[in-house]
Amino acid sequence: MSIDIETARKVAHLARIKVEEDRLPELAENFNAILGFIEQLNEVDVEGVEPMTSVTPMRLKRREDVVTDGDMPEKILSNAPDAREGFFAVPKVVE
Amino acid sequence: MTELNKLTIADARDALRKGDVTSTEITEACLTEIEGAGALGAFVHNTSDLAREQAKAADARIQAGDAPDMCGIPLGIKDLFCTKGVPSQAASKILDGFKPEYESTVSQNLLDAGTIMLGKLNMDEFAMGSSNETSVYGNAVNPWKIDDRELTPGGSSGGSASAVAADLCLGATGTDTGGSIRQPAAFTGITGIKPTYGRCSRWGVVAFASSLDQAGPMTKSVRDAAIMLEAMCGHDAKDSTSADIPVPNFEAMLTGDIKGKKIGIPKEYHMDGMPDEIEKLWADGADMLRDAGAEMVDISLPHTKYALPAYYVIAPAEASSNLARYDGVKYGHRAKLEAGDGIDEMYAKTRAEGFGDEVQRRVMVGTYVLSAGFYDAYYNRARRVRALIKKDFDDVFAQGIDAILTPATPSAAFGLGEMANADPVKMYLNDVFTVTVNLAGLPGISIPAGLDAQGLPLGLQLIGRPWEEGDLLNIAHEVEARAGFVAKPSKWW
Repeated sequence: MSIDIETARKVAHLARIKVEEDRLPELAENFNAILGFIEQLNEVDVEGVEPMTSVTPMRLKRREDVVTDGDMPEKILSNAPDAREGFFAVPKVVE
Repeated sequence: MTELNKLTIADARDALRKGDVTSTEITEACLTEIEGAGALGAFVHNTSDLAREQAKAADARIQAGDAPDMCGIPLGIKDLFCTKGVPSQAASKILDGFKPEYESTVSQNLLDAGTIMLGKLNMDEFAMGSSNETSVYGNAVNPWKIDDRELTPGGSSGGSASAVAADLCLGATGTDTGGSIRQPAAFTGITGIKPTYGRCSRWGVVAFASSLDQAGPMTKSVRDAAIMLEAMCGHDAKDSTSADIPVPNFEAMLTGDIKGKKIGIPKEYHMDGMPDEIEKLWADGADMLRDAGAEMVDISLPHTKYALPAYYVIAPAEASSNLARYDGVKYGHRAKLEAGDGIDEMYAKTRAEGFGDEVQRRVMVGTYVLSAGFYDAYYNRARRVRALIKKDFDDVFAQGIDAILTPATPSAAFGLGEMANADPVKMYLNDVFTVTVNLAGLPGISIPAGLDAQGLPLGLQLIGRPWEEGDLLNIAHEVEARAGFVAKPSKWW
């Protein structure tokens, strides 16, 4: 399986990371090295083996479906690059 | 008493109890050392004012009696832990300026126990790396030196390892996703334990790969690791994978008696091209355990070879999901936008500017293996292989094996920059002996056991049964006693 420049471009877009055109070949090359390494997994017979979901055999804890926290908009917004009037501010999303 | 910064946690505790020394004095000694150790790049955010206040409070608590073991002990905290009001940026530009409004559970547990935070420690960006060369702060440097070259302290907890080895603090927190506590501990001649998955709460620790990440202590001795680990762990309702089981007194479990313990020697860990020195260290470790009355048993962990490739599917997949939160909206860096840029450009530019090369690479590999059409072939296959790797361990433990002895790393510390042009996979091989332990959720400890021909420290790894950190520490303590590793780096910084 080999990654071409077009696939590298698509993956960068899916990951929402801007990659300049001239860096795509190097990125594709890196992907190929890593995926080549990962290909070894195809040697393993995994017939009938369930994918692991939890490394310790424990059930996830459940709790009452109630509000446990909140009422701290200032704290939530204190690290925002742009916050206005109690909201996170972003570029216009709706046309 | 001079050079208080060189104390072990156990000795400092005893001296504090006796009133021979105050926490303020030990803290000042550490702060002075930190000030003179800029060349190591270990501490990246100093919190000396906070430390002095905390030391004062600890002294009062000790004087009042009934203070916990860790009370008054000055520590360094890896930058991955969120610390209230103190920069916490996972060594990434994307979290530039981030000051959490909350404290991670592990660092809160340590504060509750009366410890002092000297500052935040360098690391690989988002804990992705094995040499501390991907940090936005620049490299952390190994205090060990044999020629003109600066050596890596390992990674990702490189700053923690460097700080403890150079006696800038009495102990440090680390985190370990594929070997990030144990490999740097081995490279710097200190002790580091990754506990069983679920022992330490992950709440407030910046997430890399949630099914693999665990916090643990990095210390100057096995006893110190036992004392500090106990203070760090415990059930936390805020982490749904945190284990709701009692935390034993780990130090009390250092009985010195390991007679009849069965120690497995896995044949698959004899890697092609492994240096003779590592083979010899491993054989010496087995002799030490035999001398202590343990029985060596040859075992097989047949899927070992597939651990690294499985890891390099699972960890990037989880990372791509976890790091989706860095979007320039809630915290940290936001790229400057051009007229007409919309929210998609904001995300893509912010993440391109904020994430370093290795983080970008892993996020994109993770995105790829999770994308439609490849999810089954890569991600699900890797999770199946992971189940087999865990079964390998389950099987040997079911045969009565108490712990497994392996080398900690395939080499001693290498020079900073030496791997710069290597393909990324070469760097990943650093974790070949440690990564299986994360995939299986087991406790693993690295202990310094000798020096190589050049005079650099080498570590041995012991892997324990789930939740049996006490037993594991007890076995490690016997190796430590017999290895008699007392070498220290000579001060050049």
